[in-house]
Amino acid sequence: MDSSILYSIITLGLIGAGSAAILYWVASKFKVEEDPRIDAVAEALPQANCGGCGYAGCRNFAEAIVKTGSLDNLICPVGGDEVMKRIASILGLEAPAVESMIAVVRCNGSFQNSPSKFQYDGVKSCAFAHITFTGEGGCPYGCLGHGDCERACTFDAIHVNPATGLPEVNDKCTACGACVKACPRNIIEMRPRGKKDRRIYVTCMNKEKGAVARKNCEVACIGCNKCVKECRFDAITLSNNLAYIDPHKCTLCRKCVEVCPTNCILEVNLPPRKRAAQSDSPAEITA
Amino acid sequence: MLKTFQKGGVHPHENKLSANKPIQPIDPPAKIFIPLSQSLGAPSKPVVKKGDEVKAGDILAIGEAFISSNIHSPVSGKIEKIDDYFDVSGYRKPAIFIEVTGREWNESVDLSDELKEDIILDGASIIQKVKELGIVGLGGATFPTHVKLMVPQGKKAELLIINGVECEPYLTSDHRLMLEKPREIITGTRILMKALGVTKAIIGIENNKPDAINLLSKHASSYPGIEVCALKVKYPQGGEKQLIQALTGREVPSGKLPIEVGCIVQNVGTTFAVYQAIQKNKPLVERVVTVTGTNVLNPSNFLVKIGTPVSVLLGKAGWQPEKAGKVIAGGPMMGKALLNVEVPIVKGTSGILVLNREESFRPKVQPCIRCAKCVSACPMGLEPYYLARVSELEKYDLAENGAILDCIECGSCQYICPSARPLLDHIRLGKLKVNEIIRSRNQ
Repeated sequence: MDSSILYSIITLGLIGAGSAAILYWVASKFKVEEDPRIDAVAEALPQANCGGCGYAGCRNFAEAIVKTGSLDNLICPVGGDEVMKRIASILGLEAPAVESMIAVVRCNGSFQNSPSKFQYDGVKSCAFAHITFTGEGGCPYGCLGHGDCERACTFDAIHVNPATGLPEVNDKCTACGACVKACPRNIIEMRPRGKKDRRIYVTCMNKEKGAVARKNCEVACIGCNKCVKECRFDAITLSNNLAYIDPHKCTLCRKCVEVCPTNCILEVNLPPRKRAAQSDSPAEITA
Repeated sequence: MLKTFQKGGVHPHENKLSANKPIQPIDPPAKIFIPLSQSLGAPSKPVVKKGDEVKAGDILAIGEAFISSNIHSPVSGKIEKIDDYFDVSGYRKPAIFIEVTGREWNESVDLSDELKEDIILDGASIIQKVKELGIVGLGGATFPTHVKLMVPQGKKAELLIINGVECEPYLTSDHRLMLEKPREIITGTRILMKALGVTKAIIGIENNKPDAINLLSKHASSYPGIEVCALKVKYPQGGEKQLIQALTGREVPSGKLPIEVGCIVQNVGTTFAVYQAIQKNKPLVERVVTVTGTNVLNPSNFLVKIGTPVSVLLGKAGWQPEKAGKVIAGGPMMGKALLNVEVPIVKGTSGILVLNREESFRPKVQPCIRCAKCVSACPMGLEPYYLARVSELEKYDLAENGAILDCIECGSCQYICPSARPLLDHIRLGKLKVNEIIRSRNQ
């Protein structure tokens, strides 16, 4: 064998061995001790990195859980009950009860209910429209329909329906809350999904007096107090001319839906009524 | 070579359609309503209640906060109610509704046309009276005048600048006022000089109004402290900081007020209102409003009582609602489109511009081609394309470092942009967010 090949093999071999020794020494000297549970917890998380928990990403959230050692106020809304149970079992903690939530749009001012009075020619974004004027329908609390929520959603769960001009939430919603933050008018609310996915809520945010609110929108809450009186479970409260249904007290009896004179209380996924006489009940839409 | 400001600026078509139309007084309709928020700062607090009888010139609301102003009744009549009205953006704001019964004035107001040139009051009582009679800046920003006249401790005013630039296209209300009330404006200037304790005043007028320049120069010649200066026509020369730079070469530091360089700027309309307040005891209850635009058959200048609905003026000027696309309060560059024409004229309304449908819409937005025309046009020396982009990306720290708060929202960048990009919209939203961030940081 040519001696030059032999020399190069030996030289390179020595350099390699030397470097390996240095690397080994550096690796052991500057070793970062990391809790192995962080990896385990991070693996259990959905890896959506949506920020719905309040942390920048799933790994930051896992670090926070392991660091604090408790699950108080630390909930992954995307993973829900199942993921939180798995995390709890990794850490040997008790899993908190996680209610499954969904975003609901609390405005029903569609093109039909709140016809356009103006034509907006500015940047097609709710944030700009909001600082410019009340909206094409004229309601200062209503949905502007330019889809800031749709752009904020990373789960393809909310879309503006071109026929109504209102955003609609589908089953992909993980309750991460990105749309709630994106909406300049705070129309989107996180509500519990409810038993069998059934919900009843007020689809209006208008705090103006009844006559004024009604001028702009057929289905505005006019603050008439009828639903509050009708509710036997104290689930409905009225403040600033606007009714609010507490999802935890509501028993889905639908009495309020029947008495509402402007049909601004919406029932979702409830079966059709037995009595045929209720022909004037509001049309059901799946939110 | 005429003076002008150095950085940036644009020159839109002037379109001064109503420059030759004399100021015409307009009678108020049977019912008017006076918004309670008519100046920068806190809304005023009403001192009348439902059913009260008021005379023209009586006080209706008091400005209690430091930056706030008094509001007076422009008519005699009965207070109908104090309720909300829909403002220019469609949001509800409180206003005083008055049923007009006549035109009886409060006895203390001197209604004669006679010119009073002797100034009896001393500086402090002038400022006090300006405050009592609710004078605010009539150039558009409606900053309370008495606050501007109170020079903060440690600062010294050297120079009074009277702003007769009227650089917005279409508007002619200041121009007409200078032509019709030159001696009153000169007297008003002397009153303001006395209040500030300065010996020098410059009246800045753009060169497209040679008649006003000649007339005011003639009347100012007998007062050595007052000088009339012709300026090159360039938008936004009527901006405070631009006008100071054009006339004195001084630059107001970023985030500071003009008093930092020893200047106080007042609009000619404000100067006339000050004259009326001090010499005639007349509160600010009327102003000159230009009603103009290609849609209007008779572009005119009206002397209007505060609280008169815009629709009355439009009717008088002969607008064609079926062709109209946009009604703007103010000029085409900085004005705001109205949501309905029943909103009242307020102290800050300098003009009403009606555009036809075909001129109302924005051109199609195209990608930025990096031509940097916006950078050359910005009168504040900012980089509009950059500020708009970082605001769009919600990188508000970068926007703050880029001095986004120095933007005066003149719209030159958007006007000059060949791709019709909504630069100012993004910057305006960015300014709001940066202000919010600064406020929360200071808490």
